[in-house]
Amino acid sequence: MSEPVLRVKDLRTQFHTRAGILKAVDGVSFEVGRGRILGLVGESGSGKSVTGYSILGLIEAPGEVAGGQVLLNGQDLTKLKGEAIRRVRGAQVAMVFQDPMMTLNPVLKIGTQMIAAVRAHDRVSRKVAWTRARDALAKVGIPSPEERLDAYPHQLSGGMRQRVAIAIALLHNPAVIIADEPTTALDVSIQGQILAEVRRLADETGTAFVWVTHDLAVVSSLADDICVMYAGRVVETGAAADVIAAPRHPYTAGLLASVPAEHEPGTRLPQVPGSTPSLANLPPGCAFAPRCFRAGPACTTTPPVQDFGDGRTALCHYPIETDKCQPLSSTSTTYRSAS
Amino acid sequence: MSSSPAISAPAETRWVRLGNFWSDFKQSPVAVAALIVIVSVVLMAVLAPLVAPQDPYNQQTLDLFDARLEPGEVGSGGYVHWLGTDAAGRDVYSAILYGLRTSLIVGVMAGTFALVLGATVGLIAAYYGGRIEAIIMRVIDLQLSLPAILLALVLVAMLGQGLPQLVTALVAAQYAYFARTTHGAASAERRKDYIEAALSTPLPARQVLFRHLLPNALPPLIVVATVQVANSIALEATLSFLGLGLPLTQPSLGSLISNGFQFLLSGRYWISIYPGIALMLTVVAINLVGDQVRHVLNPRRSR
Amino acid sequence: MSAALLDIDHVSKRFVKRPSLGERIAGLIGAGRNTEIVRAVSDVSLKIRKGEVIGLVGESGCGKSTLGRIVAGIYAPSDGKILFDDKPVAREQGRHTQKLTTRVQMVHQDPFASLDPRMRIGDTVAEGPITHRIVKSRDADSYVADMLGRVGLDPSYRRRFPHQFSGGQRQRIAIARALAMKPDLLVLDEPVASLDVSIQAQVLNLFMDLRQDLDLTAIFISHDLGVVRHVSDRVAIMYLGRIVELAPTAELYAAPNHPYTRALFESVPRVGVGRKNFRPIAGEIPSPLHPPSGCHFHPRCPFAGPRCKREAPPLAAIGPGRFSACHLNTGGTE
Repeated sequence: MSEPVLRVKDLRTQFHTRAGILKAVDGVSFEVGRGRILGLVGESGSGKSVTGYSILGLIEAPGEVAGGQVLLNGQDLTKLKGEAIRRVRGAQVAMVFQDPMMTLNPVLKIGTQMIAAVRAHDRVSRKVAWTRARDALAKVGIPSPEERLDAYPHQLSGGMRQRVAIAIALLHNPAVIIADEPTTALDVSIQGQILAEVRRLADETGTAFVWVTHDLAVVSSLADDICVMYAGRVVETGAAADVIAAPRHPYTAGLLASVPAEHEPGTRLPQVPGSTPSLANLPPGCAFAPRCFRAGPACTTTPPVQDFGDGRTALCHYPIETDKCQPLSSTSTTYRSAS
Repeated sequence: MSSSPAISAPAETRWVRLGNFWSDFKQSPVAVAALIVIVSVVLMAVLAPLVAPQDPYNQQTLDLFDARLEPGEVGSGGYVHWLGTDAAGRDVYSAILYGLRTSLIVGVMAGTFALVLGATVGLIAAYYGGRIEAIIMRVIDLQLSLPAILLALVLVAMLGQGLPQLVTALVAAQYAYFARTTHGAASAERRKDYIEAALSTPLPARQVLFRHLLPNALPPLIVVATVQVANSIALEATLSFLGLGLPLTQPSLGSLISNGFQFLLSGRYWISIYPGIALMLTVVAINLVGDQVRHVLNPRRSR
Repeated sequence: MSAALLDIDHVSKRFVKRPSLGERIAGLIGAGRNTEIVRAVSDVSLKIRKGEVIGLVGESGCGKSTLGRIVAGIYAPSDGKILFDDKPVAREQGRHTQKLTTRVQMVHQDPFASLDPRMRIGDTVAEGPITHRIVKSRDADSYVADMLGRVGLDPSYRRRFPHQFSGGQRQRIAIARALAMKPDLLVLDEPVASLDVSIQAQVLNLFMDLRQDLDLTAIFISHDLGVVRHVSDRVAIMYLGRIVELAPTAELYAAPNHPYTRALFESVPRVGVGRKNFRPIAGEIPSPLHPPSGCHFHPRCPFAGPRCKREAPPLAAIGPGRFSACHLNTGGTE
């Protein structure tokens, strides 16, 4: 991989709540190269979205980025404040949300909003801005972009709105786009269309994507690299195909094994017991240990990052060493709640 | 959102939630002060017969020689009239305590009845929908477009004086606020899955209404209720001041203010001003507490 | 056919949205809305045998949830009839629908919304059975404990409130509530869609266990083809209010017939296939307010011909137990 455009180093984001300090992001590190797509995978409470927001400096009180670096082409974004970070946001790094209406203003025409977005960072005439807006819409595969510029957001379907949101993110040819569950709310056939466009855009424009999602299937067909998060920490990284084929961390293995499509219909699915822990009372050491089929005595201490080369790492005392995914035992369904 | 960090504390009980409510509530020192005012006002009103130096409406204890004493003077009873006396020789301080009693009783009664009536009407409208909802809500809208004081005036004029009549007028003037709030909250809850689940069990309509819909539509009502109690008190005071409220045998703060009004310009300010201050303190305090309760209960408030 | 436990017979459901007073006034100055009719389900027929699990698959606006709610007695059909054990499930009563049976129960998608937040979960589970005298009040406690145990929850939790549980646990509670009514038919509307991946498998396993133990008949609604394949005996694919294909699960997945089914299978990302070149279905899902003429799928279908625009293909047998609604099977699209 060439020099990465985005390098996140030991990022820590905390929330101050009544229950104490919640470490939503606890020492997350990863990097994304030009034109690559990184799938940031995790379940609810894993800190994957907070990581995305932290990169753009969108964390507000009671939350704060408490440590680490976000290096965009060598510049540390966590050091930027106010106007400085606003100049970067939208121009060098952009965000696409799960709900496109987070980006779009319901009472303004698409064109008006896109022209404003262009001129927020570049001093160009309205005419030039309009042309760039139209080109951006065409780039994400929107048919008859001139007409769409004249439409209001509510006149478009959910899938079309999400394309517009991606087009807005692309306006300034940013180095990185952070996409937070952008296709989760969409139908399968529409999701397929958008995934295909995004893959093409990454390849053609060289924009890097951080694709935040809970959906392993999406990541496996879209991403170059995978970063799996659990309870605020990165538990496994590596090339997407490698991780899917042979996960090293028991959590990743558990997630992959429980996908129904990979099993004989009607058979019992291997399941990860228990439920995702609350950040307010994480178990000591490895947060996954209470649900882990490989957990041993060492798991009460913080696990080390095991490096397997080729960018593959796992945060685990007992990583899966073999190249084949070990089957999980079907554990009893009765369990007690985390409390 | 599926990806927000799970912040819910484990094994919360009602007491923990109440504790959390209090710790949020006390964030505002003004609201805490207001709460203290309300508690003392209520205590003083309840304990009036014990606290007041004089029973201001027992004619035997009044002495015309004590009429219009200035605040701080000692009357024939041998005790200090801290807030002075009125034209009939009544101790203003005692009169305020007894007046507060009447005002609070009227306010709380009117507020409670208006809540029950308004909540029922709003709930029925939200639950049944369609034509029933349309008719009920148009009536409510119509009524809300009229000033409450106007409606209350007309009703009192029609019904005559007396506590039941006054409360009826106040309830009629105010239930619409409760109805609209309940309707709004209940319509939102009505669309939620747990109501659909209850209906598809199926559970009888009455059970769905009162065991599921009502308890979930209640929190915003508590806020409206506090404010409406204050409004009832103020409205009653207005009516009494205009001479349409309670008879002088059951004076409220409003009639006390009215009672001293004619002396205001002759320099005997205390007969009107002190009951006025008591009224203002009570109403403002209730509103402040209501505001803070609304603030704490607001689900969109950032934690 | 008396063999069918549930007989959905030419059922349609229209939702009519009449303009409100304000909108009618706005209409006078030309800004209002007219009466809108959504044909959520049109002319669907389906027979479900006892002990069978039918998977209902489709994208948004396909009517799968509406059909599920008609079966569950939440809506009454606008046309056609629906018979459970030869008796209607619900009847229309003015603007309201009155459900006539307790033997069909439903599990909703979002367990954070489907449980009353202010009711203890034990009461939530016990309420229906007590109301319908399935259990006496004094036996309710042990009955609830039994139900919670059956769905894998510790019975000592019955005095807790929903917010004290995780998503997966809440879905178990919702399932316990449905089971407590001793249903013969369960309608599950996307029961795992809002759960974390690692929790989905738990709930699916629970469903399969319960199905075996209780000999349940079920309609399993989902947009997830993998989930449906895993739990269903037969699968019905829906598109814009109609069933376009109905087949035994294994045969459907081995050889999908309808162009929409095939396209849907193509566009689903799958674990383990690796980076692939998507061949997504072109075009958007039309609004059910204004569905296309003829075959609803024709504007997006690569095989569409003039006939597809003209006439809607009926759901016709294409093999034993297999049905598909496509002109390609019945004389071409010309």
